[in-house]
Amino acid sequence: MTLEFLVASAIGVLVAGGIYMALRGRTFQVVLGLTLFSYAVNLFLFASGRLTVNRPPIWSKDIVEYADPLPQALVLTAIVITFGMTAFAVVLALRSFLESGSDQVDGDPCESGLNDNLPSDDSGGERP
Amino acid sequence: MAVSMALHILVLLPFVSALLIAAGATRGRGFHSGIAIAASAIGFALVLSVAGRVVGGEVLAVSTPWVPAIGLDFSLMIDPLGLMFAGLILGIGLLVAIYAHFYLAKGEATGRFFASLMLFQGAMLGIVISGNVLLLLIFWELTSLSSFLLIGFWRHSAEARQGARMALAITGGGGLVLIAGMLLLGIVAGSFDLMTILQSGDVIRSSPLYPVILVLILIGCFTKSAQFPFHFWLPHAMAAPTPVSAYLHSATMVKAGVFLLARLWPVLAGTDLYTVIVTSVGLVTMVFGAWVALFRHDLKGILAYSTISQLGLLVMLLGFSIEMAAVAAVLHILNHAAFKAALFMSAGIVDHETGTRDIRRLGGLAKVMPITAVIATIAAAAMAGLPPLGGFISKEMMLYETLEVGLFGLPWLVPVLATIAAMLSAGYSFRLAAHLFFGAPRDAGPHARAHDPGLGMWASPAVLVVIAVLLGLAPMVIAGPLVASVASAVIGSAAPPLDLSLWHGVNAALMMSIAAVLVGALLLWRHAGLLRRYEALRHLDAKELFQRGMAGADARLRKLMVATHRPSLQRMLFATFAVVLLLIIEGASAGGGSFTGPREGLPASPIAIIAWLLLIAATGAVLMEERQRFRVLIYISVIGLIIALAFVHFSAPDLALTQISVEVVTILLLLLALNLLPKSPPILSSNPRRLRDAALAVAGGLGVGGAAWAMLTRETNDPISAYHLANSYSGGGGTNVVNVTLVDFRAFDTLGEIIVLGIAGLAIFALLEPTARGVAGARLRKWQEDMPHSPERHPLMFVMATRILLPLVLAAGIYIFLRGHNQPGGGFIAALVVAIAFLLQYLASGFDWTDARRRIGEHFLIAFGVLVAMATGLGSLLFGANFLTSAFDYFSLPLIGEFELATALLFDVGVFAVVFGAVMLALAQLSHISQRAARAHAAQLKAEKLTHEEGEP
Repeated sequence: MTLEFLVASAIGVLVAGGIYMALRGRTFQVVLGLTLFSYAVNLFLFASGRLTVNRPPIWSKDIVEYADPLPQALVLTAIVITFGMTAFAVVLALRSFLESGSDQVDGDPCESGLNDNLPSDDSGGERP
Repeated sequence: MAVSMALHILVLLPFVSALLIAAGATRGRGFHSGIAIAASAIGFALVLSVAGRVVGGEVLAVSTPWVPAIGLDFSLMIDPLGLMFAGLILGIGLLVAIYAHFYLAKGEATGRFFASLMLFQGAMLGIVISGNVLLLLIFWELTSLSSFLLIGFWRHSAEARQGARMALAITGGGGLVLIAGMLLLGIVAGSFDLMTILQSGDVIRSSPLYPVILVLILIGCFTKSAQFPFHFWLPHAMAAPTPVSAYLHSATMVKAGVFLLARLWPVLAGTDLYTVIVTSVGLVTMVFGAWVALFRHDLKGILAYSTISQLGLLVMLLGFSIEMAAVAAVLHILNHAAFKAALFMSAGIVDHETGTRDIRRLGGLAKVMPITAVIATIAAAAMAGLPPLGGFISKEMMLYETLEVGLFGLPWLVPVLATIAAMLSAGYSFRLAAHLFFGAPRDAGPHARAHDPGLGMWASPAVLVVIAVLLGLAPMVIAGPLVASVASAVIGSAAPPLDLSLWHGVNAALMMSIAAVLVGALLLWRHAGLLRRYEALRHLDAKELFQRGMAGADARLRKLMVATHRPSLQRMLFATFAVVLLLIIEGASAGGGSFTGPREGLPASPIAIIAWLLLIAATGAVLMEERQRFRVLIYISVIGLIIALAFVHFSAPDLALTQISVEVVTILLLLLALNLLPKSPPILSSNPRRLRDAALAVAGGLGVGGAAWAMLTRETNDPISAYHLANSYSGGGGTNVVNVTLVDFRAFDTLGEIIVLGIAGLAIFALLEPTARGVAGARLRKWQEDMPHSPERHPLMFVMATRILLPLVLAAGIYIFLRGHNQPGGGFIAALVVAIAFLLQYLASGFDWTDARRRIGEHFLIAFGVLVAMATGLGSLLFGANFLTSAFDYFSLPLIGEFELATALLFDVGVFAVVFGAVMLALAQLSHISQRAARAHAAQLKAEKLTHEEGEP
């Protein structure tokens, strides 16, 4: 078993899990799906620099071989951006849940364990 | 130099004045019209100052490359044709601006009016003095847009809005077709430079693309110039204020199509195809417009259809492909501009002073409005083609030229139809003057109110009428040299000798002209009877057809959209994933070759295999236990942790640090959201759907995983990272190549990314801010804690531990930040670590306690960060280096020793501030939305109670 196989198969498993979760009907699951998918994408991007063990890209006069620094830089910002995107999706889901009383992805009324007898649109509330 | 300055001032002046007027929109009418009048006058004077040289044969041109890659130059050119149109646009623009000052009431939005008017003037001017056809297209579209604003000026009126929309749809749509035609033209000619195109007429006419180019360009010209069957927008554009109609439909907007036909005459004209299409379209439009004009009742309606007819005449003349006909067209452009603008202004005066434009309610106005009557009657006589006015000469020339043209092999067709159109023109002109100013008043009301306006309103049409008279009495003196030089510019070679005069002896044209006048008089005499017959006929309503067409297109598009784009996220995501998967399969099969590459793999240690098994198991658990949402979060964090470990193992310490801190923040975020969301709702999807999704997921996993495998088993393809490694220390001053890449080599990327992150933070704030009110607020107030809680609200140990931790973490954050340039760390990681320390305070001590001790707002941090990063980047420009180039040097201090200072550090400060601000903004907002909702409600109740108490003394 090689490390390459482990990484490639992990990417595959994460993508499969991400796709399956993203296709579910509730917003929280979609967010989790996005999270899994992002892990896979970041790993894939990182792997484009190939796998290197014990050669961090910290420059020194005596060292000749390093891991590829460019994908690392790209993935670093990608991780942070992923957080921004996840946070945005979570808040969007929360807002839609608070406005419509449903956590179905399209805001359709569904059984969510929340029987608050509030109107499902904002016609009943005051306008901001 | 002087020429280039004059040309630039000429084209920029209207735009600058439009800006000035818009900036002072709240000022008075005099301010707005004053700027418009002054700008038009200066422009007109500039045109006059170069007129002598241009008429003498000089072509003034100036060119600056703009987008050389596509052949777009900002090149301006004044030749005689451009000069004549520029003179018309600015001269009549000046008169219209004066007239509009008096026409518009004091309360109207004159700022908006004059700003749009000047915008339009600039666009028109741009069309006629562009020396590059791409530039011309830009101005062409600008005229469509600005005329939309002008026609829809009275936006409270539905007619104005519909008229404006129709004009935009037709002329803007035609403009799109024109773009295609012009691009093909430029490609065939090999250049978008107008002069080059004008000289490659033979190449273009012999090109196999010529018919396509011709038809596309003609559609552009015909829509703009309201030629049949695109004519119907023009009458509806009459909903505009009258000064706009006077401007757009005498000398400018509708003449743009004629201008372009004339401009491209040397290139396009001369073929049978051109002659047949252009002549017959012009002929049909001329006869049709004149026929309808005879039976309109609205003064502006009559003028609108007469404009259509006169434009048809011009188009027909250009279509003849005869040089003398082009000369006649040039002369008639001048004549028409003069008398039609005067007539529109007179119609506006009548409307203004009597309150109606319905010719059936008017009559006998000559007694009460003598000055207006004289002006309008002379102008109408010019339109009818009576001697001794300018209209007579150009109509005479037109009729004479028709004898030279045989269309469809029928030598009599064009002369007969042209004579009929001339008869009808004489008829509607006579009717306009006679029914308006002479005879008995038909309605006492408007007649009683009527009186001549002040000098300000009649001065402009009076000037125009004087010109129309002089064009007839002394044509060679007034217009001779100009017409000759313009005609030669249109033709592209020397114009035939010109002899403009009222009397050419007894010839066929004179006979036709006399017949036209006689029949015109007969039409006036018999008008009542004809009108009854005309109105008994059923007519197609073009507006209704247009609206039905638009509604039909709307309905069909909506059907298509509903069929393809169901508002269902699941459907759309499924389709997206499936398409991407198909693309992967397609790409893989197109590439061919083996699945596994030749690269040697690294042996996996048992620990690696265990970690891998854990990751697979955690992913499986996420899928299996999707209803147990808290447990799922734990599995997710296991995955994140293993990925962080993988980064450590694969020589990416920076990534590992980032991943682990992001992981903490993400889990906190999900926990906060889950607090409010349902914890374990029933499953929605049906079993077949789950199976279908699972199949797609497995296929997707195999596809992406397979791609990763294929990539990992091959060598890299000459990566550019060697450059980064080689220059990191010497050029960027840091040994941590990843960090140097972020803040130096690819700092522009990073700048973009922190801006995106800042926007995400602000968008989250905007999404959560309104939840305190409305339905969301009500729902939040009703929300009950549905999780078992610790009896202690703020556990003492937790509070104390986090407070002791804070300074330690801050110190660690500073350390991570400072060492980032040389060792793993940097702004991103430091910001995340510090954010976690602060979030712990929120968690342990509660939002209120923490928020009260917060000094700097997150919004400020985000803005500060972006500005610092940008300022750092711009700073390098001061030293002549590229944007975001970093500088560094080594300093030494006693005790501390040698250390390094780099501007990249400053950039990293910006990164730190934005990341910290965005993370805090997102999580802090989320952490107290239910409290906020309760507070907003309490405040509202209190306010209501207060007003209630005040109401009861």
